[in-house]
Amino acid sequence: MEGIRGTRASRSLAALVIVAVASVTLAAQAPTYKVPRTPDGQPDLQGFWSNATYTPLERPDSVTKEFYTPAEAAAAEKAAAARENAETEPGTVADVHYDFTQFGLDRSQATLARTLRTSLIVDPKNGKLPPVTAEGKRILAARAEEAKRLGGRWDSAQSNQLDDRCIIMAGPGPPMMDAAYNSNYHIVQAPGYVMILTEMIHDVRIIPLDGRPQPPESVRQWMGVSRGRWEGDTLVVVTTNFNGKNPLRGSTENMTVTERLRRVAEDTIEYNFTIDDKSMWERPWSVEAVMRQTAGPLFEHACHEGNRGLYNTLVGARLEDRKAADAPSKTDSK
Amino acid sequence: MMGNRFLSRVTVVAIVAWVAVAMTLVTAQTPGYKAPRAPDGKPNLNGIWQAINTANWDIEAHSAAPSPVLELGAAGAVPGGLGVVEGGPLPYRPEALAKRNENRANRLKLDPEVKCYLPGVPRASYMGFPFQIIQSQKHVMLVHEYAGAVRTVYMTDQVEAPADSWMGWSNGRWEGESLVVDTKGFNDLSWFDRAGNFHSDALHVVERFTARSADTLNYEVTVEDPKVFTRPWKMSMPLYRRVEPNAQILEFRCVEFVEDLLYGHLRKQPSQ
Repeated sequence: MEGIRGTRASRSLAALVIVAVASVTLAAQAPTYKVPRTPDGQPDLQGFWSNATYTPLERPDSVTKEFYTPAEAAAAEKAAAARENAETEPGTVADVHYDFTQFGLDRSQATLARTLRTSLIVDPKNGKLPPVTAEGKRILAARAEEAKRLGGRWDSAQSNQLDDRCIIMAGPGPPMMDAAYNSNYHIVQAPGYVMILTEMIHDVRIIPLDGRPQPPESVRQWMGVSRGRWEGDTLVVVTTNFNGKNPLRGSTENMTVTERLRRVAEDTIEYNFTIDDKSMWERPWSVEAVMRQTAGPLFEHACHEGNRGLYNTLVGARLEDRKAADAPSKTDSK
Repeated sequence: MMGNRFLSRVTVVAIVAWVAVAMTLVTAQTPGYKAPRAPDGKPNLNGIWQAINTANWDIEAHSAAPSPVLELGAAGAVPGGLGVVEGGPLPYRPEALAKRNENRANRLKLDPEVKCYLPGVPRASYMGFPFQIIQSQKHVMLVHEYAGAVRTVYMTDQVEAPADSWMGWSNGRWEGESLVVDTKGFNDLSWFDRAGNFHSDALHVVERFTARSADTLNYEVTVEDPKVFTRPWKMSMPLYRRVEPNAQILEFRCVEFVEDLLYGHLRKQPSQ
């Protein structure tokens, strides 16, 4: 096991050095790369992509610079992979969960969308989310109250987490974020449309490019409503009309997400986005990330249909309730 | 006078017969309509499409019937329909017919649609929700509003189904004016309609999408499943373009709509 781990880690390390060198070369070559065109003349973003990354959204407190050296990045990745792949102790509750590495679900076995950045956030410059507004603090407090009202995590399906309920996961966004595993996307373009299929819960976003207006404010969706346009080789997508039920680090239904996708190499899409949510943060914040070409195809992730986990944990929790109720109280036993 | 009347009657009969033959030809063959070309030269089937029929209630001919849910009254009642299956009745094996009837009797409990499960194929195409065709050279995407169901039709990078799934594994090809989609690799969990018509994991579906006018498609389906049916059978129906300029596939993320139905009995009781 150690040996296999070691081999994989050194392979990742070697790959990272190559990528680091390649990205330097890439930067030099970037102007010469010509984005291919689809038959209808759009810049061609089609194919299978991954945004799996160990780079945290916010810069760790211990780090003060914007970029690692390739050696530092490799060390940070190795440490993150070790934390992710840490073996659970046999016989403990944690051990009941499946081992990510066994099923190839951990990031170190995925196509990693590496950069040398120390955080995905590039604005504010300190790599951290901006300060929360007074209104934002009220909203966060109200949400905490609501969560308390719903009771403990196992009290009902609704008091559980969205991913355990198979409602939505981190991948589809927008913005599209590393989903912990299966961070895979399939982009297909047709005249007037860009479609992005997220592997996690087969979530699809169809982005019309015809300049149509946003629907009325009464239309609210988990993934919002996206409208796109081409600015040169860059696909600009603006999304509003969120329902606010799947907050991104606290975001509300008033969030506007502006994404920019630009293919900078055969195997790389530059993926930058800005979050503007005046109900939560004092100012907008921005991320610079990449999507890396990966091997297709995507598989059907029928999450809800196979959701034994939610059912079984609720059954288990009710059995625990009954056990507690049936247990003779201390006064009785005296 | 008599002669004239007789003649005209003969003429009418002849014309009716001729029209009938002509109509048979029209339905049997692809109508002369040729779809506009996509930028790659293939028939352009891009668009948002929807079936307008009652096949999701029952793919076979059926009368109107009361709502299976008392509280919904006339709002939940079953509209009648002439069916979309060619010939009929469905050629079930005897034991499979018994299972269909059991499904039908217990449909509120057993129909995967009630639980917001993926609809399978071809049911996804006629659920009464729109779906969008996004057509590229390598992949044709069929994106359904119901439950966010999606199918990838592989036009070039074709492989055998790697695993069983709800929506199957689809390989496609162009045959003249038609997009032909060949789908296998199904699980045995989806149904054809709310009437309990079902299939096994041996299901093999071949669909033909052919433009019949600027805003309609012919949708023809051949269903083969030797574990359930004694012979292959066909269904066909038109699909209609959603022509509203702002038409779009919206979210119908129904999982949260069925949580109380599926898990409500496992809610913690206040008394405990």
